[in-house]
Order: sequence, then structure tokens, then C-alpha cells
Amino acid sequence: MVWQLGRKLQQQEQTSVKATQALRKAFDEMNGTGDGVRAPYNAVSEWLGTQKLEDLKQKLLEAETMFRRTGITFAVYGKEEAAERLIPFDIIPRIISGPEWRRLTAGIEQRVRALNAFMYDIYHRQEIIKAGKIPEELVVGNSAFVPEMMGVEPPLGIYSHIIGIDIVRTSENDFFVLEDNTRTPSGVSYMLENRETMMHMFPDLFARNRVAPVDDYPENLLKTLASVAPRGLEGEPTIALLTPGQYNSAYFEHSFLADQMGVELVEGHDLVVLDGSLQMKTTQGLRRIDVLYRRIDDDFLDPLVFRSDSVLGVPGLFDLYRAGRVTIVNAPGGGIADDKAIYSYIPEIIKFYTGRAPILQNVPTYNCRKPDDFKYVLEHLPELVVKEVHGSGGYGMLVGPTASKAEIEAFRAKLVANATNYIAQPTLALSTCPTLVDTGVAPRHLDLRPFVLFGDEVRLSAGGLTRVALQAGSLVVNSSQGGGTKDTWVLQD
Amino acid sequence: MLGRTANDLYWLARYVERAENMARLTEVGYRIVLLPRDGDGTHEEWRSTLSSAGCAQGYFSKFETLNTRDVINYLLFDFSNPSSVKSCLAAARRNGRAQRTSLTRDMWESLNAAWIEFSNINPANITAGELPRVLDWVRSRSALYRGALLNTILRNDTFFFSQLGTFLERADNTARILDVKYYVLLPQIEMVGGGVDAVQWGAILRSVSAHRSYRWVYKENYKPWRIAEYLILNQAMPRSLRSCYDEINIALSDLANLYGERSVCHETAAGTRNLLSSGNIDDIFQSGLHEFIEDFIIRNNRLGNDVAEVYHFNG
Repeated sequence: MVWQLGRKLQQQEQTSVKATQALRKAFDEMNGTGDGVRAPYNAVSEWLGTQKLEDLKQKLLEAETMFRRTGITFAVYGKEEAAERLIPFDIIPRIISGPEWRRLTAGIEQRVRALNAFMYDIYHRQEIIKAGKIPEELVVGNSAFVPEMMGVEPPLGIYSHIIGIDIVRTSENDFFVLEDNTRTPSGVSYMLENRETMMHMFPDLFARNRVAPVDDYPENLLKTLASVAPRGLEGEPTIALLTPGQYNSAYFEHSFLADQMGVELVEGHDLVVLDGSLQMKTTQGLRRIDVLYRRIDDDFLDPLVFRSDSVLGVPGLFDLYRAGRVTIVNAPGGGIADDKAIYSYIPEIIKFYTGRAPILQNVPTYNCRKPDDFKYVLEHLPELVVKEVHGSGGYGMLVGPTASKAEIEAFRAKLVANATNYIAQPTLALSTCPTLVDTGVAPRHLDLRPFVLFGDEVRLSAGGLTRVALQAGSLVVNSSQGGGTKDTWVLQD
Repeated sequence: MLGRTANDLYWLARYVERAENMARLTEVGYRIVLLPRDGDGTHEEWRSTLSSAGCAQGYFSKFETLNTRDVINYLLFDFSNPSSVKSCLAAARRNGRAQRTSLTRDMWESLNAAWIEFSNINPANITAGELPRVLDWVRSRSALYRGALLNTILRNDTFFFSQLGTFLERADNTARILDVKYYVLLPQIEMVGGGVDAVQWGAILRSVSAHRSYRWVYKENYKPWRIAEYLILNQAMPRSLRSCYDEINIALSDLANLYGERSVCHETAAGTRNLLSSGNIDDIFQSGLHEFIEDFIIRNNRLGNDVAEVYHFNG
């Protein structure tokens, strides 16, 4: 009954929200294109039909209280402590069937291996450039390219051990990779806490569905980190997680992961490079660190090599890394693989290194540095999503179909002034999923970020983090832009 | 354990203890101020409360006169006072958040909830009738945190540094109360006698929550030298200097066992404890109560510095 309320609401929105063609033709994860509930959602749909709206809202409040008490908050920059925010949580799960997940898994694994092969090549012989598959200036002239990494041999030849791949769906069978995050992807703690919360609040739902567990992630992360310890190390490696500190917006996740793995959570000033190793200052003096899972950006890692004003990193760290005395995870310079200008070449990259066609498709992308593409973009701004090449977090982008004329013209000026800084993509009709909103249950657009670990083997958590745009018709799911999250289920056959 | 972690845990414990002590001092001061009395010395009691709290200098740099509302605000809600309950709870939570991985869920949630609830209090809404409730709440929060610590934490360095912080802060607090009020405990004052002294003696005991236990231990009316003995030397009284130093020595020797090394701080602490366990109150009065207390405060501070040095609190 509640769901019917949602359906009615959806119809209202279709007429009231302007310029959201996307919503009108969007594929719904629960209801497909309107011809009945899709099989993976049978049990949840039935359950939802028996729930009262007030009860669901009450449950949502309980969940929020739990999150706040646990401290699953993120700091809003420039605000005092009381201003920590919650990432909104939605209690209706997003469900992926076993066969769907197997296909995604194959595509993700292929992609992760290809991306790492690409990084190794770029920082060694650059065969892909020599083969003429990627323009040289796009790589070596790219601000994400780190020349200091040339010739470095990371353990197992891996650069990005921890990758988040953003995937969107537009129909029953169409999945697209929106972007790869090969530097320091965040959000995995929300995947884990969302599941905890759901199991705590709705144990009966888990009794009725065979949901693949996700709580093996911290252990898999630890195994992955240990597998890339410096060569020749004897005994168990000492692992630490490097955070910029508690005022960083992802601090909760840093402390959560360190806690779950049982490793020290360190800040730059806890560390020193001495006697050819990275050492942390403990109550008993200095102790060596072998693997550093860093959650600070390349620029801040080592003031002697990168930004000299950084106090977040450790002077001398990079030399140590080059000498193979410590492993930095993810390796510096990995940003070259998730650069938005490189993105359009990923299908080419996959073919080049794996010899096979990509299993997961890219979103068609117009590269504004190419004259033909740029011309097309300028002529079709109202239909396109335009992004900064180095942007993230949903900042500095134009969503053509929902932008006003004035916004489009203002953006056009920026675009003309600095074309190479932008790419554009058609506005995809992102799939929707029923979501609890003020007035009831209504469809909201979402994406999916599976978290992949790559060390001695590829380890992929079942599902990932589903981000949902909470405003009707909105396609922007980033938490910094008011997006929320859902528990993500992979059903076991 | 990181030196920074040890530092944060130690200070976290001190801040929680300090918040509780601030609440208790405020409560005692308020009781005395409420008493009907001749003359206009009423507000003067706040002067010694502020001194005991170590907040007199800060207060008078901000306010010219003693005023109950201002004093209470300053002790409880003022962020510019680093020892106010608000500052203590914020600092405790900040340290706890920085060391979230060392805290159990129960410990963290009690700290976090305390901060969230306290920040929702509007000082302007705190009427005279409301005040005792707020002060009780602060003490109950501190008790909850200590309970969570004692019940849930592993007995390793996390626990030992927390214990050190708690009991160094507690010893400091008891010593400062004695330092400010020592003169009402001196024999010549007892000759003068009178109601005011009984009130002051009661106040000293109350500010360490000992006004009832005193009677169980001594089975007689308040005697100033007994009060001094109780707060300084009594082994059973949980806020006495002696019992604080028993706990401090236990925590330090646990650390020495864990790390396999004794250091200068162990000598400092053992020396102070010997002074307390072998001392007797007549000798202390003989050689000067005030001098004894001043010497103790210096020793206690030195121990704090030694601990920070030995365990690399600052890297």
C-alpha cells in the first residue's frame, strides 16, 4: 500500500519536476519498466507492502540516532564540532541478483587488472604510448602523472590495491562504469555500517533473503596489505593507516578501518624516517612500519618531494618507498588511471593489456580537447553532463537537463576559456530504487560503488556502497551534494 | 602504542575527571552562597571555589566582580575557560575521537552522548532549580564513562594510561582544595570555632564527596585535623592523596611489567607514595600543612611531566 503511495507520488513528480526526462524513462531496480516486481525484490516488496509509513519513518529515526551515537559522522569543513553531519541513510535496500553480480565481478576484475597493468606500463616502458593508443601529452603532460614514479618497482607490480569503481545502470542489462577511483576511494565503512544497522533493525528481512555477507572486508584488506609488504621482509609486516586527522571528512572511516584491522592509526607527526626505515613514535620508542595504507593525497605524502608546505606527510618517505623499504598503498601516481581525460581511453587500455573486449562498458565520453568532440559539446550542452577533468565529489559540474539557461551560459564561458579541462557525457537515465522520503516511498536515482582489493589476488566485497540522490529527479549522488546511501544486497543463488 | 595515543588517553581521563570535579566544586560553592549570612561576604565564597578550580585568574581577567551567575557560567559553560565542564567534555570527546580505535564502543558512546547532550543545554535556561540537576547529570556522565572503562577495556597500556590520568587529576584536585582551604583546618582557627567553620569543614568534605563517609570512618564530629588526615593519608578514602597514589603506583608498575622497564617516573611516584603511607598528621601539622600541600602539588606535577617524558607523549 505504501508502495502504491510511492507510485502515485512518482507520477506527480513526473509532471511537476521540470526537465527530468531521465526520471520518466528510468529503469527501476524494484519495478523494472513497470511490468511487475523484479524477482530479486519479491520478498522486500512484499515486506514493504505490509509496513506503515509512520513505522518506517520511526525506524529511520532510530537508525540516525544509532549513527550519531556511534559517531558515523563527517566533519563539515570550517564548522565547530557540533556541526558534524550524518550521511543520510535509506532503509530500503538495493538488491543485486547472483547472475548480475557474477557479470559485474568479471567486468570489475578485468578492469582492475588492466588499470594496474596500465600504471605499470606508464611508469616503465610506456608501450601503450609507443603503440599509438594514447597520446603522449595526455599522459606525461597530465598533472596526475608523477614523474618521480618512473622506474619504481612496487611489490607485485601493483599500484592501486584499493579501488572503488562507480557503476550505473540504465536498463535490465545495461551497466556502465561512470568512473574509476584508483587513488584513495572512500565509503567502504558506510557499506559495513549500513549492513550492521539493517541487520540490527530488520533481522526478519535477512531471514527471508539469502544476502551475501560483507563483513569479511577488513580481513581481506589486511590480507591484501600484508601481501604487498616490502620484498625480503622477514616475519609479519607491521601495517599502519595514515590519516590527516580527525578534522578530515573521512576520519570516521580511517579510524573504523584501523580498528577493524587492529592496526595503528597514525598521523604524519607520529612518523619519522630514520635508519633506512619508516618508524612510528610509540610509548616504547621507535617501531618500524612496513606497509602504510595512506589516506592522504599524493601531494601531501612527503614535503621533500611533493608539496613542501605539507605537515600531513613524512619527510623522506618517498625515497624510502623508491628504495623498496616501505610499501605505500595505494602507490603514488595512481591518479593517472582515474583521470577523466584518460577515462575515454579505458576500453582501449583494457584491450591492449588483456587482449579482450571490455566486459563492462564506459559511458560514451566527449573529450573537449578533441576539436570535433568540443564542437559537439558546445552544441548540445542542455543534454550533457560536463565535468572537470580533475574534479571530484560532484563539484564544478554541469548537469545540462536540470540546469537553467543562465547556468548553462555561465558554464559555456568557463568551457570556452579552458576546453582541455573538461569532458562531457550524455545524461544517463540512471536507474531508480524505491526510497523513503517525507511523503512516502518514491523512486530515487542511484549508483553503485563496489570496493575491490588487489594484492596476491583480487578480492571483491559482495555489493558495495549504493549512493542515492535524495532529491526528486536529481542525478547527483555524492554525499557532499546531499546524497544518501543504502544497504546493498547481493543475493546468493 | 603510539606516544600520541598514550598522551590522548591520559588527558582524556584527566578531562573526564576534571569535568566531574568542576561540577562538585560548583555544587559546594553554590550551597555556601545560598546560606543566610550576616554582612555582604556572600559572594566571597566564589573566590575560593574559583581558586580551588584553578580558574580564578581566568575569571578575573574576564569579570571584575564576583557574581553567582557569571561564576556558574564560567565554570560550566564558558569555552574560553579551558577547565569549564563544557571545555572538558569537548576535549575529552576530541581526544576520544582521535583515539577511537583504542576505546571500546561503550566508552566512546558514553563520551559522545555526553557531549551531544551537553551541547544541547542552553545556559540561559539554567535556573537555580535546574542547576543541581545539571550538576548531577555531569557527575553521572563521568561515572558512566568510568564504569564503561572499568567494565570493558582490556587491561593493557590503554587502561594503565587512563588510570594514571584519572588519579593524577584527582590527586591534583584534592590537593588544590586543601591548598585553598588549609587555613580553616589550622588549630588556632578551631579555637575560634563557630558556625562558619563547621560550614567550611563540611564544604571541604562535600567537595570530595566525603561528608558522609567521614562519619562512618571517624564516628565523631568534624575535627579539622581529622579532615586533613582523611583527605591526605587515609588509604580507604577514594579521593585521598594516599589512595590516588596507591592507584598511580599500581598503574605504573603494570606499565613496567608490560614494557619490561622501570624509569624515573616510577621513582617519583614511589617516593610520593612513601611520604603518604609513612606520614602522620601530627608531623604534617608540625612542619606546616600548607608547605606539605604545596610540596605535594609540585611532586604531582613533576610526576605528570616524567610520565609524558618517559612514554614519549610528544613523540
